[in-house]
Amino acid sequence: MSVIEVTNFSVSFDTQDGAVEAVKDVSFRIDRGECLGIVGESGAGKSQTFLAAMGLLASNGRTSGSIRFGGRELLDLTPREANRVRGAELAMIFQDPLTALTPHLTVGQQMGEVLSTHRRVKGAEAERICLDWLERVHIAEAKRRLRQYPHELSGGMRQRVMIAMAMLCSPRLLIADEPTTALDTTVQAEILDLMARLQAEEDTAIALITHDMGVVARMCDRVEVMRLGAFVESRNVEDIFHAPQHDYTKMLLDSMPRLDRAKPPASPKTLSEDEILRVRDLKVNFPIKLDRGLFGRTVDLPALDGVSFDLAPGETLGIVGESGCGKSTLARAILRLLPATHGSVTWLGKELTMLEGKALTKERRNLQIVFQDPLASLNPRMTIATSIAEPLRTFQPALTSRERKIEVAKMMERVGLDQRMINRYPHELSGGQNQRVGIARAMINRPKLVICDEAVSALDVSIQSQIIELLKRLQADMGLSMLFISHDLSVVRDISHRIMVLYLGQIVELAGCDALYSAPEHPYTRMLISAAPIPDPRVERTRDRIRVPGELSSPLDPEATLRFLPSRRGQPDYRPKLQEVRQGHWVAEHDPLETILAARASPGMPHSTVD
Amino acid sequence: MTAYIIRRILVAVPTLVVLILLCFFLMQVAPGGPFTSERPLPPQVLANIEARYGLDQPLWKQMWDYLVGIVTRFDFGPSFAYRDRDVNDIIAHGFPITLTYGLISFVVATLAGMGIGVAAAIRHNTWLDYIAVGATFSAQALPNFVMAPILVIVFTWQLGWLPGGGWNGGQWQYLVMPVIALSTSYVASITRIMRSSMLETLNSSFIRTARAKGLPEHKVVWRHAMKPAMLPVVSYLGPTFVAMITGSVVIDVYFSTGGIGRAYVDSALNRDYAVMLGVTILYGGLTVLFNLLVDVAYAWLDPKIRY
Repeated sequence: MSVIEVTNFSVSFDTQDGAVEAVKDVSFRIDRGECLGIVGESGAGKSQTFLAAMGLLASNGRTSGSIRFGGRELLDLTPREANRVRGAELAMIFQDPLTALTPHLTVGQQMGEVLSTHRRVKGAEAERICLDWLERVHIAEAKRRLRQYPHELSGGMRQRVMIAMAMLCSPRLLIADEPTTALDTTVQAEILDLMARLQAEEDTAIALITHDMGVVARMCDRVEVMRLGAFVESRNVEDIFHAPQHDYTKMLLDSMPRLDRAKPPASPKTLSEDEILRVRDLKVNFPIKLDRGLFGRTVDLPALDGVSFDLAPGETLGIVGESGCGKSTLARAILRLLPATHGSVTWLGKELTMLEGKALTKERRNLQIVFQDPLASLNPRMTIATSIAEPLRTFQPALTSRERKIEVAKMMERVGLDQRMINRYPHELSGGQNQRVGIARAMINRPKLVICDEAVSALDVSIQSQIIELLKRLQADMGLSMLFISHDLSVVRDISHRIMVLYLGQIVELAGCDALYSAPEHPYTRMLISAAPIPDPRVERTRDRIRVPGELSSPLDPEATLRFLPSRRGQPDYRPKLQEVRQGHWVAEHDPLETILAARASPGMPHSTVD
Repeated sequence: MTAYIIRRILVAVPTLVVLILLCFFLMQVAPGGPFTSERPLPPQVLANIEARYGLDQPLWKQMWDYLVGIVTRFDFGPSFAYRDRDVNDIIAHGFPITLTYGLISFVVATLAGMGIGVAAAIRHNTWLDYIAVGATFSAQALPNFVMAPILVIVFTWQLGWLPGGGWNGGQWQYLVMPVIALSTSYVASITRIMRSSMLETLNSSFIRTARAKGLPEHKVVWRHAMKPAMLPVVSYLGPTFVAMITGSVVIDVYFSTGGIGRAYVDSALNRDYAVMLGVTILYGGLTVLFNLLVDVAYAWLDPKIRY
């Protein structure tokens, strides 16, 4: 029996440039207890159908066709009737759990109003139901959470609250719009597990809107592939992955980076022994203000806690870790965009941390960075050609404007930007094009080191793979070294020679790319690898998953650094040491996985979760 | 929170001292003095007067005595222009009047501005919104020194409903026109801030969640949108309150209400340093106080803000 049935449904938006069709004549149904995946890249119109079903379409949206849900036509409901359906029989969770919860209301207030609106349950009875649901979504210390505000919870916990809130009235259909996109890999795995469990327990149908084929492979029964507002392929999940028909589906699957399949890195030739960059015991502390006493107190938060490594010419070192692990801090400290608290960075034999003023500026020519958000990192008032030419003005002032133009044109061609775009502004370009501008700007002086700080994370998968190919090609041509920072293990695999895994500002594992994926040693690395979804339903659904309960620990918690070394609990100053277990494979000291899990499970052990 | 308020008050003290010093020296820099006039006084007389007010003392001594007087006796010194009145008397007479119509205007402006702003945002792109936007545009272009004579022409000359000026112990007939003249442009500003801030809030992600939960629209607006939308309005209200009291110069002159604004202007014209300094310090103290209140209100509106 179908829960929702959409027939010949279209959405168009009235804009100043005329009507824009966002959804074109789609039809589908979702059955009881089934999970339907809606996959596509940004701007494909994935969310619009469901926003229309919820009555949340933007005011300039026009709909046609029909959405039948529980015997009613959703498009014909008055606002009053719609309010009886949404939140009760039809619930929705959103991408960013921080902005999706009202900042000034407590978790308990926000959950409670769902019950008082739809079930007329209030007070102690409502609190009991809320508590029950918070426990079902595995929130530790549920009672205390009811009195907390959203900003006091971690991202994963907020999304659990969103799910609990959506499930309060046991809806028949749960719409999940990119529910894990803003979360870390390990947290994503836990949220997906939770949704799958609830789906089974409550027999809830799920509409999962996502761009991530790995998530689809793990969760969905059937898949609709969407492109430019229309469904291009509708199949069950096995067929989509193993016998895709449409070219667009094939392209999406091909561009998905895969953990279990290696692509050759840029320059397979053996790397020289000498290094161009040597980092030793680098530490960065951030002062954090605490509200204690009359004048407050500042404590030092160790964002980077003694990182050492070498980088060879032409090498790419991938740096992975979850949010707050110090990836970006490391990049910025190396480039002296942030002052290091301790340690040394040696660049071609020169001590970078000691250089000042002009001497430092001179070195910057060879030390470049590409940032995550391509639009925000370009000056909105400069044309892209001006942005690309700026490093030339700084470091090669002798060039005439004609020579500069030629250089810019050459560089634009190399990164695949059309010459006709030179006078465009960043907001007139797509995300992928802007990132090409960022790369061109970084590479125009032929630097010896480029740091890519989450350079492809904000891009659609198809664009992502193009940019990675571009970076590899440029690296091969110019022989530059790269630090490639990402939270996504599968992306890093496609480009790196060696990979470093960071946890709370410390290296937990540093190894050659293949060694790290085929024989990870540290439990945190194994946890990360097992949490990253693989876009293949057969592989994905049979994998063993390693879970260390509890969320990413707070760096302010002195015990947190010993999460994987419970035998040293009670020695908060102890730092796990890096040991070379094989040639070139370094692993931080840790207890066996069984010991860690046992220590976690034992009562009385403090949970080092983020509050 | 308490610790924060104490900290803020402690910071306010040096702020006020710097303000006093700056004003004191600025007035010294200005050429002439309170007793210079077109027909110069005989030198002996001038010397006597200056000795009486301590103006023959070295500058640092005058400064020091002034500060000590304020701190120990809360005494802002004698007026240079009115023989038997000191600054405290002048402020005590004028300030309650200014405070009365200033406060009423402030409340009127805040309530009206926020009310119209919210209504316009909820009925975005309807006739109500258009009227509100149009009216605020015109009202903002009407400063109180234009508003005041128009009111007098209409209500006193033409209709004869209201007295054209005076205070009379603050009877309501005497309050209506000063309040309207003072609050109109602020109603317009607050409406505009409230409207745009409410529109932005109603477009935010957590409002979408609130609607997705099936809450009725009035709950979405009052419970979820109101507090965040008020943040920019509140930060505007602190300086507005002070500006309404200082802006009352025009009201005092036009409606002869006898408030502190009049005394302020006269003191500047008469070079009555003591009164000028006293009123400036009063305004400075109010500014500090209201900025503190704004910060406290912020913490109430947004639990993320912790001091």
